[in-house]
Amino acid sequence: MHIDPLEKKWVQISLGMCALFVSIIMIDALFHGVNAPSNVETIDSRKIHLSEEFAEDNLGVQVADNGDITVRMVAGRYAFFPKQITLPAETKVTFRWVSMDVLHGVHMPMTNMSTMIVPGYVAQVESSFPRPGEYPMLCNEYCGLGHDHMWSKAFVIDKEEWEANRAKESAALNPTATANEESDDE
Amino acid sequence: MMNDTTAKNLALSHMWVAFTAFIVACFMGEFQVLERSGLFESLTSISVYFASVSTHGVLMAFVLTTFFIMGFGYYTASHSLNVPVWNPKLAWAGFAIALSGVVMAAVPLLSGLASVLYTFYPPVTAHVSFYIGATLLVVGSWVWCAIMIVMFYQWKKANPGKTVPLAMFATTANALLWLWTSAGVAAEVLFQLIPLALGLMDTLDPGLARTLFAWTLHPIVYFWLIPAYIAFYVFVPKQAGGYLFSDEAARMAFIVLVVFSLPIGFHHLYMDPEQAKGWKLLHGVGTFIVALPTLVTGFTVIASLEIAGRLRGGKGLFGWIGSLPWGNPMVLSVILSLVMLIFGGFGGIVNASYAMNAMIHNTAWVPGHFHLIFAGTTVIMYFAIAYYLWPILCRKPLVSNSLALVQLWTWFIGMSIMTTPWHVLGLLGQPRRISSVQYNNVLTMTWEPYEILMILGGLVLLGSACLFFYILVKTQFGATTEVFAGEVEYAEPLHEVKDLPEYLNDFKLWNKVIAVLMLISFGVPILQFFFMDTYGSSAWGY
Repeated sequence: MHIDPLEKKWVQISLGMCALFVSIIMIDALFHGVNAPSNVETIDSRKIHLSEEFAEDNLGVQVADNGDITVRMVAGRYAFFPKQITLPAETKVTFRWVSMDVLHGVHMPMTNMSTMIVPGYVAQVESSFPRPGEYPMLCNEYCGLGHDHMWSKAFVIDKEEWEANRAKESAALNPTATANEESDDE
Repeated sequence: MMNDTTAKNLALSHMWVAFTAFIVACFMGEFQVLERSGLFESLTSISVYFASVSTHGVLMAFVLTTFFIMGFGYYTASHSLNVPVWNPKLAWAGFAIALSGVVMAAVPLLSGLASVLYTFYPPVTAHVSFYIGATLLVVGSWVWCAIMIVMFYQWKKANPGKTVPLAMFATTANALLWLWTSAGVAAEVLFQLIPLALGLMDTLDPGLARTLFAWTLHPIVYFWLIPAYIAFYVFVPKQAGGYLFSDEAARMAFIVLVVFSLPIGFHHLYMDPEQAKGWKLLHGVGTFIVALPTLVTGFTVIASLEIAGRLRGGKGLFGWIGSLPWGNPMVLSVILSLVMLIFGGFGGIVNASYAMNAMIHNTAWVPGHFHLIFAGTTVIMYFAIAYYLWPILCRKPLVSNSLALVQLWTWFIGMSIMTTPWHVLGLLGQPRRISSVQYNNVLTMTWEPYEILMILGGLVLLGSACLFFYILVKTQFGATTEVFAGEVEYAEPLHEVKDLPEYLNDFKLWNKVIAVLMLISFGVPILQFFFMDTYGSSAWGY
């Protein structure tokens, strides 16, 4: 069998390139926690409206006592509910997406908030948004003839503005009540 | 030379089905790009758009490819081994089964009863005849696989110790690859989609369905690509006037391609919730390993071209490129194909890069990528093979060499004009599978100029496709008394193949390796659905 020395060298260079790419991915995944959304958590999509977590009054942005922000969203033909949410910039946000009918996908352009929403599963993804602005949440998997119309909005506002709003709200409410963020209506 | 009429008839019949599907799908493609732009009010129809895009995908990805591969395979097997096609009646039966499957699927597709796109992700459900038709197409192709494998081993038995010709080695590799590949989607269709569509089952698990589909989704693209690589290795060096740089490296490339394209399908599921990150990372590493045979192929093919260029008098570091026979359709195709492969491969590495995939997942970048690498790199080699084989199969000269060159150049130019803005649209966040832009958002205004460019690219491609079809029809049926007496000529390796180890001349070992790798990478991810508390989804219309 004859393999040219040049070809052998090229194979080594190719292996080196692949190893480089793989190590960057591995270092990011294992040491910096940069991963794809993969929590493998099941839910009965046909009974989402009866579930505690995704009951209607539990949807949208919620801030825990320790400040952690969780956004619970339901995808259904043809929107993501609630249709509008407001989030602070430069803050870690955990999204939990479920579908009440068919396969959907969602992404917010110019961000890394992207996940498939598979009926029967909870898709959890973490992100933070460096720049304030109005971001559409677009359905990116064909889900029926109304698919083009399936989108909702997220407003990302300055962190200071977000905190000021929250301070105002909690002053207006009973100070001991748990924070319950309503979605912003324009 | 033995009488190879049967092989020729099989090749022509299969390829005509392939290219008829292709030309119909090209018209649909141009309709889609026009409709999608929103510039033409009269064309706007959501239901027609999604029926069209479903049909376009099925025709291009399943019909063009499968029939082309079968037709090319029958002729390659018979010619390279110098034996008649084994069991021609069975071969024709396979053809009939596959063709009836296409018709069965086409009826619901064209009447809007199967607008589920070519990936048919449940629980959105099509008319059952769509799934049965698709199954028959696959069953017909299994007949082809069986015939290729039988011919491979019959030849080996009759020629003990001899090296199987590279063309047949690669064709058999592809048959084997397809048997492994199609098992995933076959399980999904037989055990999930057909029972659900018939109402025999109330629900299915979309997570399991997507996992089984991912089994098929990556290696299927290598099934489509391998004929292009066969042409790279066995036709191109000879047509360019040189030698194949390394026959052994070619065999290794085919083996690594087959073995490692299979256990890596989860890079299509990076953004999915039903599989855990460890499995995704494992498949991600495999995805980079499968880049190797392509890098080796690029090296071997370019080295072979350099040998040819220098033999033709090319001098200097790059002088040999100019002295290549650019007027030979096969040589021109390989050059254009490699250019598209470089850009498409770059895009592929972005897709493969695990978390980075989030930036482009399901955006317009993805169809931009696979049009460049499939419709560009791969299909341009299908054209080259057709131009090469048609005069041989029909015994008539190609109607015009210069028309063929114009066709290849316009295909390349059209593909560049269409896929560049498509990639940009993806980076700008446009979802891939929309029929119109309905989002009331400033972002979408930046999309418009790119949509217009895509229409232009599509028009150039459609013109090129029509020219291709015309050249084939005119060559076969045109009035000429001239007889073409040429035969297929395979490239000779620069160094004669000696002492080839058995593992580069057989697949028994590799089958076992594949079985182990598939067990490792798909065993637990499939079994988990039977151990977890999962909840089914009922069927939905669209």
